[in-house]
Amino acid sequence: MEETSIIISGFGGQGTLFAGQVLAYAAMDNGYEVTWIPSYGPEMRGGTAHCTVIISETLIGSPLVRYPDIVLALNLPSVDKYEPLMPENGVLIANSSLVNREFERQEIRTLLLPANQIAEDIGMSRLANMVMTGSMVKMEPILTMEMIKAALEEHIPERHRETLSMNYKALERGYAFAEKELG
Amino acid sequence: MAKELLKGNEAFAEAAIRAGVEAFFGYPITPSTEFLEHMARRMPKLGRAFVQAESEVAAINMVYGAACTGKRVMTASSSPGVSLMMEGISYIAGTEVPAVIVNVMRGGPGLGNIAPSQGDYYQMIKGGGHGDYFPIVLAPATVQEAVDYISLAFDLAEKYLSIVHVVVDGNMGQMMEPAELPPMREISDEIPEWAVRGAKDRDPNILTSIYIDPEDEEITNLRLLRRWKEVEKNEVRFQEYQMDNPEILVIGFGTAGRVASSAVRDARAEGIPVGLLRPITLAPFPEGRLEELCDQVQRILVVEMNSGMMLDDVQKIVKGKVPVEFYGRLGGVTPLPDEILDEIRRVSKNEGEISGDPRDEWMDRLEKMRTGDQ
Repeated sequence: MEETSIIISGFGGQGTLFAGQVLAYAAMDNGYEVTWIPSYGPEMRGGTAHCTVIISETLIGSPLVRYPDIVLALNLPSVDKYEPLMPENGVLIANSSLVNREFERQEIRTLLLPANQIAEDIGMSRLANMVMTGSMVKMEPILTMEMIKAALEEHIPERHRETLSMNYKALERGYAFAEKELG
Repeated sequence: MAKELLKGNEAFAEAAIRAGVEAFFGYPITPSTEFLEHMARRMPKLGRAFVQAESEVAAINMVYGAACTGKRVMTASSSPGVSLMMEGISYIAGTEVPAVIVNVMRGGPGLGNIAPSQGDYYQMIKGGGHGDYFPIVLAPATVQEAVDYISLAFDLAEKYLSIVHVVVDGNMGQMMEPAELPPMREISDEIPEWAVRGAKDRDPNILTSIYIDPEDEEITNLRLLRRWKEVEKNEVRFQEYQMDNPEILVIGFGTAGRVASSAVRDARAEGIPVGLLRPITLAPFPEGRLEELCDQVQRILVVEMNSGMMLDDVQKIVKGKVPVEFYGRLGGVTPLPDEILDEIRRVSKNEGEISGDPRDEWMDRLEKMRTGDQ
């Protein structure tokens, strides 16, 4: 990895911004350069929310990209928006609980993952973001599961600390789903 | 100290606290609000002053009053808020007291929007308020650089009894990036000799921006200009990137400069000999360095998030010695690296003269690109 760009996109409230922060913390804690930048327009209120995370071995110029290397799309508008922008060999993971279509691009690496369903099985529907993140670690291991878990433990807001083990579980279930689907 | 992952606005505010700011006055406005919120949380706990004023007009006049005591004081706002402060800023400049003003710029004119912009360039660099004065303008491009330069801003404000504007855009205010904060600076007990803090056992100081007799005002104006000449001599700062024999020079500041650095990196990978000059002090502008570079490069591309305001300053310095081209996005749109890379590629093949205003051709290209975009 020289520089990897990740966009996490979904509806406001799906935890896209926090999932991006967890990646950013994990990257920083392991010596990488990193930027995290949210969409902060009025669109956040009830509309879409996304963030761009860039992880690099060298100083980062632009914190924004047009063609992201990895996209975690938690809803259908995000798949519609980013699928045409994926570079060859890019990774597009879509939350099939809310995305009722197949991918159109054949030459990119894709995964349909029922993130809401898996999160509900664990007992906390808000963890779809971590399920998605777990599957990303399997498909593009720029950061390891251990790095992400350590970042979560270090930086999870105090009021949510009792959900830490469920967050871990969501990461693991996402990882396991990707492993099973893709071999 | 270890690096922390900090949101721009919060990092800038904490940097000001560590630099010894003793009073903050402001009024919330997106995309700078987290700056004020951080001050609201931290300043009272440290026994320092925080006031959310009833408006930006009130806030800047509180800054004015507090600055006259010789304490480190500041405000932070965003474009429309800074416009409201302009009268007070001119009074502060005319009174020759130090103050730091952070502008997290957003799309305009008017109410505009809350998206990142560099459209306040003219207002910040050329003064903005009425009368003859010369603000120092710092334009950092990363959270770390902003942390470092906010500290410097106070030192410069005091050294030159000047307004120092720190200008960033909404991207920088909202993004998170690892940065190392400086240690907490000890607050100095020293009272500057010009400060008004009670005149027991000495003649009173008078701080004012009123000089009824034009002869007196002229003397003041000359003093401000002399001081500015010192600033121009001593305080120019800039950064260069990929400057190994460049034929094309890209010039951009703040976010536009850092986005351009990604494009320059990618263009170099394609074998295009291109380098980047990123002014950090917009005022004073790195004029001497740009003059030198005019003898080394064949073409210049200015990249901004406005309609070509720095472009005017660049052309004034280049004096037609090298063709200057322009690429900008407007209204709160941030250019992406691939757009600037395309521009660098285009410029690298374009050997013709630029007739007239480079904005003319750019507007045509932008309109064409926008219709292709939609």
